[in-house]
Amino acid sequence: MSFLDVKDLKIHFPTDDGVVKSVDGLTFGLERGQTLGIVGESGSGKSVTSLGILGLHKGGRAKISGEIWLDGEELVSAPAEQVRGLRGKKMAMIFQDPLSSMHPYYTVGHQIIEAYRIHNAVSKQVARKHAVDLLGRVGIPEPGKRVDSYPHEFSGGMRQRAMIAMALSCDPELLIADEPTTALDVTVQAQILDLMRDLQREFNSALIIITHDLGVVAELADDILVMYGGKCVEYGKTDEIFYNPEHPYTWGLLGSMPRLDREPTERLLPIKGSPPSLINVPPGCAFHPRCPYADRTEGRASTEVPDLAPTERGHLVRCHMPRTERRSLWENEIKPVLETQ
Amino acid sequence: MRRKSALAAAATATLALVLSACGGGGGGSNSQQPAQSASGAAAQPAFNAALTEVFNPSTKKGGTLKVANYADWDSLDPADTYYGYSFNFGRYYWRTLTTYKTGPGKDSNTVVPDLAEALGEPSDEGKTWTYKIKSGLKFEDGTPITAKDVAYAVARSYDKETFPHGPSYLNELLDWPKDFKGVYKTPDADYSSAVEATDDSTVVFHLKEPFASFDYIVQMPMTAPVPKDKDTGAKYKEHVISSGPYKFETNEAGKRFSLVRNENWDAATDPNRPALPDKIEVQLNVNADDVDNQLISGDIHLDVQGTGMQPAALGKVLPDPALKARTDNPTIPRLWFVSVIPETPPLDNIECRKAVMWAADRVANQTAFGGEVAGGEIATNVMPPPIVGQEKFDLYATPENKGDVEKAKAALTACGQPNGFSTTMTFRADRPREKALAESMQQALARVGIKLTLKGFPGSSYFSDYAGNVNYVKKNGVGLAAHGWGSDWPDGYGFMQAIVDSRTIRPAGNYNLSVKSDKVDGLIDQAKAELDETKRNKLWVDVDKAVMEDASILPVVWAKSLLLRGQGVTNLAYNEGQSQYDYALLGVE
Amino acid sequence: MLTYIIRRLIGAIAMLIVISMVTFGIFFVVPQWAGSSPEAMASRYVGRAATPETVHLVAQKLGFYDPVIVQYGRFAKGIVAGAEYDYGAGVEQCPAPCFGYSFISGQPVWPDLLDRMPVTFSLAIGAALLWVLGGVSVGVISALRRGTFFDRLSMGTALAGVSLPIFFTGMLSLVVFSYGLGWTPPGGSWTDFTENPAQWAFNLLLPWITLAFLFAATYARLTRAGMLETMGEDYVRTARAKGLSERDVVVKHGLRAALTPILTLFGIDFGLLIGGAVLTETTYTLPGLGQFAILAIRNQDLPQVMGVVLFAACFVVVASLIVDLLYAWVDPRVRLS
Repeated sequence: MSFLDVKDLKIHFPTDDGVVKSVDGLTFGLERGQTLGIVGESGSGKSVTSLGILGLHKGGRAKISGEIWLDGEELVSAPAEQVRGLRGKKMAMIFQDPLSSMHPYYTVGHQIIEAYRIHNAVSKQVARKHAVDLLGRVGIPEPGKRVDSYPHEFSGGMRQRAMIAMALSCDPELLIADEPTTALDVTVQAQILDLMRDLQREFNSALIIITHDLGVVAELADDILVMYGGKCVEYGKTDEIFYNPEHPYTWGLLGSMPRLDREPTERLLPIKGSPPSLINVPPGCAFHPRCPYADRTEGRASTEVPDLAPTERGHLVRCHMPRTERRSLWENEIKPVLETQ
Repeated sequence: MRRKSALAAAATATLALVLSACGGGGGGSNSQQPAQSASGAAAQPAFNAALTEVFNPSTKKGGTLKVANYADWDSLDPADTYYGYSFNFGRYYWRTLTTYKTGPGKDSNTVVPDLAEALGEPSDEGKTWTYKIKSGLKFEDGTPITAKDVAYAVARSYDKETFPHGPSYLNELLDWPKDFKGVYKTPDADYSSAVEATDDSTVVFHLKEPFASFDYIVQMPMTAPVPKDKDTGAKYKEHVISSGPYKFETNEAGKRFSLVRNENWDAATDPNRPALPDKIEVQLNVNADDVDNQLISGDIHLDVQGTGMQPAALGKVLPDPALKARTDNPTIPRLWFVSVIPETPPLDNIECRKAVMWAADRVANQTAFGGEVAGGEIATNVMPPPIVGQEKFDLYATPENKGDVEKAKAALTACGQPNGFSTTMTFRADRPREKALAESMQQALARVGIKLTLKGFPGSSYFSDYAGNVNYVKKNGVGLAAHGWGSDWPDGYGFMQAIVDSRTIRPAGNYNLSVKSDKVDGLIDQAKAELDETKRNKLWVDVDKAVMEDASILPVVWAKSLLLRGQGVTNLAYNEGQSQYDYALLGVE
Repeated sequence: MLTYIIRRLIGAIAMLIVISMVTFGIFFVVPQWAGSSPEAMASRYVGRAATPETVHLVAQKLGFYDPVIVQYGRFAKGIVAGAEYDYGAGVEQCPAPCFGYSFISGQPVWPDLLDRMPVTFSLAIGAALLWVLGGVSVGVISALRRGTFFDRLSMGTALAGVSLPIFFTGMLSLVVFSYGLGWTPPGGSWTDFTENPAQWAFNLLLPWITLAFLFAATYARLTRAGMLETMGEDYVRTARAKGLSERDVVVKHGLRAALTPILTLFGIDFGLLIGGAVLTETTYTLPGLGQFAILAIRNQDLPQVMGVVLFAACFVVVASLIVDLLYAWVDPRVRLS
């Protein structure tokens, strides 16, 4: 059993219009010191997954099933109070958009101290010193002074560093970063990613990075899980996903990666249409209405949900197309396009 | 929006339920408990039980009489007060030369001696009045009350800058020295030409002209003795030195005051005041509806204003037999009427004024004032029944009191306005009954082609700025004005003089809005000098008739008030002179 | 910060001057338009059927023959330098701030105002405590249990609370609890705190609850709406992710942010209330500033009207200044300059 083991996780939200199947049977694992990238468009269920692991759907309207094992503890069936004890301590989260994710009325220091003192019975002075240390460690200059600043007095990058400091305050063993760099400009993005990599090494924690941008996880992740419509559509080692992707959706994602040598809006392989409604998930393969190759599945695309099947290279793909066809499409049509300069 | 109004409607319905529950259940059960009293069976509540005899009579002393007032006194100073209830209540802490005969009944509108040993001794054809004062009278501090203190009190009341609220009868009647500006501004002035103490027990009043009703004048608090060395002018009201059975214990201006027994008052000198309670507590400026509620529930004993209940309480009391049995419904010396102003054409022609008299629908007017019980009886002439010597007559009798269109039209023709005319009628906008009266007049007069434009004004400036302001009336062509008047004392002069004597008319603040008749003025002069009571009373009836012949006052109702007897109160009796319960009699169980 | 306060205070004084001028103007100018004379005005302050001499004397004593500007100047001078009052038997000094003497009773206005302040203060503080605690907690619970029976019931009650005027609820409460059940004292009950604190509170219980009911309703609705908004904010999610207990999440993070608009409203409400809880005081016959104001207006007693208007305006001004300062303290993003 891995350090983190997620088995057949389902997170459904009943609404007046029907059940929203945000996460629908997700399985993955992660070891200490390893990094997993969960990639998908907004609405694919990746953020819901991370909040689910933290137990933040507990007590809400969500119906959760499956299993989440963290270091031998099962969290789905555990009482809310038990999961709360782990939150912030054993597992922590870095949110996107640190401006809205930090409380505007409290100083940065106060918020870090609060996070620390929930799980550590220490005096305010000790916690404050710890907060200053953490701010220094995430690269904030003059941490002794900035600890008393309010979030709105920080720049975007500084805020994200502070957010990271807050998440790290109790040395979490599992760190989930939800779009940690989305709100930042490109140079700062790189700095933050570097910082996260360094810290992960230092703390030897398990790291989940959630992003819609494969580029973010390219250098950071050991494994990548691609989500679409609440389900995993491709899951494997990072190199595999980048060099031998087999799902048309992954190809699309690869084609939409922003690169320094291109205009950000320029997409090589645009994905037509928009993400599916999670209430009325298209029958069969959820991606088929947008898939350019749906006609190559002998009609199964719209009737049958494809299995998540392993390839001989050891990664998992959820696609009706015959393997040979996928391979040849990738080698002959997709890869050359992606490699054009 | 819809939800809100639905909720509001539901809430209103709830209130109605609660109120009716309280009226029917709570209040009813309270009032059905037989009142406990020393004399037992006499306390059976019945409608009008305190009109002709004393209700729940008792001689038990002790207890605290709780009193509430929805407003405040004009002043507690005997020289500076003019409210009827103040005159009535003031007898707890002052004594005057004369006072109304205490208790219920027909003769309770006559005066009897109080400080004086007997009623006034007129001489010089009624120009000089002499009063002998009883011996053994003392102020609350034990110093004896002498004729000097009475004369000084009368003299100090002359200063209207210091005491603007009090009646000015004595200023007008007495022969004050020319240079007299009051006891404060001219402290050394000799005012003996007006009032003097010829010895310690004799007060003599010198009048400019003969005046027959002087015994009624000196029952007013200007004759309540004031010790000169304790007089602090406008501040004296903060601590009035008592000459009556009670003295001030506390006095918080605008909020409350309390009276306790004056040990220096000698019951032997005072047959008029049983002085039963040990203490009297008065709350001021109490919410008017709350006064009624507290009176019904028994939390207070007395609504000192004594003018009846608010509409909310009336609606609760009248339909509930148990509560109605606790009420009295006397006719008070107050007339609601319409001034028909002869200055405003075409009303300068008496025939046009008569057309108004004939066209008015008296029943509709009475209904506008709330009907028989809450409003009063239909008035056919000026003087109300409780006035001494009053005679009821009707110069403009019409079938069923509903007006006579034919006679009205004939009068209009005689006036030269056969098709009617247009004029303005004013009323006090904050008095719903006057508004209803104006509308009823508008309808009735429309039957003969007289068109009324109705204008409502604030009551507080009605006489100073509008209906009682000569310029305003002239400029705006006001032909009719709703009006009401209550007497200062229940004889002809007391009721009539202010509203029918044309010589009282001045630029603003008039109460006589319409009667400008030499005949009336002449009769007034005769009547007020007539020392023979029977002849005098007859003359006042003549004044009344002359006014009605002049058609310048259209009587509407002789007002009745609906008074609620407090619970746990003994010796309740309606007094014609006070036109309220006789407060001096009250005791608590 | 200090300069900000000073500037605000100067502005406040200017505003008070304008308010006093307008009040003065309404009192004198409007009747003049209606053709009123000094005598006609003075005839409000005399007894029934007063003679022209009396009216003239009173008009003279009250200074109605002087131009309005002179009368205003005399009033203003009294506040700054004090005034004198002739009560017939002598002359009394009225030290600054002298708001003059009542036209009706001849009582100095200022001590009367001070005398009535504790009543209004007691009423306002007790009611404010109740309505803030009650309104905010009901609002919070409603927001957290949105759509439940509790939410619907409390919001329905709140709607009733906002819609029902105090003279209605007040009179109803008196009829039911004082005269019906006899649990609470009747209207007009007032005991000074220093005299008997328990009696003080007991007497004020019904007015407090009634007044609080009216305001609590607004606060409950406002809190509920604010909480629904803030509890959906990202920083609340962050607080939960830190492992903060739900109570701390709600109170320290959700409520803290939702309180800002409530604070603003509270400052204004409380300031107005200190200036006189007119309806409550009239309904329950509490001798406070509100009742004083009503009587002053009913009697057209200009010095009293001026006094209570300026007094109330001062409280509103001070309250709004305090709110602004507190606002900067509560929300660090706001900076005063």
